[in-house]
Amino acid sequence: MNTKCPVCDGEVTVEPGTIESEIIQCPDCSARLVVEKIEGSHVSVSEAPKVEEDWGE
Amino acid sequence: MITIGLLHSTIRGDEKLILEAAKKRNVTVKLIDIRRSIYCEENPLNHIDVALERSVSTVKGMYAAYYYESKNIPVVNSTAVAAICEDKFLTSLALMKARVPTIPFGMAFSVVELESLIASIGGYPVVIKPPEGSWGRLLAKINDKDALEAVIEHKDVLGTPSHKAFYVQKYIQKKQGRDIRAFVIDGHTICAIYRHSPHWITNTARGGVASNCTVDSELATICKNASIAVDGGILAMDVVETKDGYIINEINHTMEFKNSEMPTKTSISGYIVDYCLQIAQTQ
Ligand SMILES: Nc1ncnc2c1ncn2[C@@H]1O[C@H](COP(=O)(O)OP(=O)(O)OP(=O)(O)O)[C@@H](O)[C@H]1O
Ligand SMILES: [Zn+2]
Repeated sequence: MNTKCPVCDGEVTVEPGTIESEIIQCPDCSARLVVEKIEGSHVSVSEAPKVEEDWGE
Repeated sequence: MITIGLLHSTIRGDEKLILEAAKKRNVTVKLIDIRRSIYCEENPLNHIDVALERSVSTVKGMYAAYYYESKNIPVVNSTAVAAICEDKFLTSLALMKARVPTIPFGMAFSVVELESLIASIGGYPVVIKPPEGSWGRLLAKINDKDALEAVIEHKDVLGTPSHKAFYVQKYIQKKQGRDIRAFVIDGHTICAIYRHSPHWITNTARGGVASNCTVDSELATICKNASIAVDGGILAMDVVETKDGYIINEINHTMEFKNSEMPTKTSISGYIVDYCLQIAQTQ
């Protein structure tokens, strides 16, 4: 499955087995992307949220 | 048939490993995106036997955990454990109370009191940390009074209220520039890594390098006692080696572990799933 990177417009391949909400990385610009929706062979991604104050281990 | 509810926000490599481990064991996992859920009395509950809390946000994860516990569904880690471990001061107090060796620490709310506190824990250098921070963010190593005054003024002017409670630790010189992260489940240390770094902050998230650390009986014992002190569960403990033996730095309750399975050759994710099954069965 392929889609476009919302940051650099590069081609992003989403591996089979990827699930919604998963974090992937753009091979071109290294942006961290979130897989929003997978419907059949259509996939949409958005830029991952920036680190928030209460994020942690 | 037991179903584990995985409470999540974005799904990281760690969550993927947990899903794989569950699949290998033929255990059903229901993915529950906590951002897409509502928490109120009438909420038709997901049929799960145990909830595994893996949210990236501690605040949201904590509320979701309280909610499931109120519906009598056990949560790993429990809110009791999370409430202690999400706050470094509360963790230090729990360790102190249980007499588990930990880095000399204290808390104060202004420069004058901080100066007496620093004197009483052995003087400079010290490390100031936000009590609820993580990933090595906003840690400050303070070498003298000038630096102390500058950092405190910045925090007073720019910080949120929780940044105005100053948690201080004595600065510990690390043996061979490394510290230990031990993975402890139900008091049992399943594996550990060394984190090496030229920088004093050795978090792998900051570019530290991980290698396997053999768990000796001394390490297993201190981790067991620390686990009892904060009430058990699935924990990652930061441990430092000193000339007097191991001491605990801090304890994480929603740990990241994906970079540690390879060096330790241990399926941490498998242990996590097994522990959830055990909790569901004893419920
Ligand atoms: N008192 C100290 N003396 C020396 N080094 C320290 C001290 N406290 C922390 N460090 C270094 O900084 C790193 C991060 O500190 P700590 O674990 O307390 O912060 P954190 O933001 O909670 O990070 P994480 O939860 O990801 O481990 C430690 O692994 C250690 O290398
Ligand atoms: Zn890109």
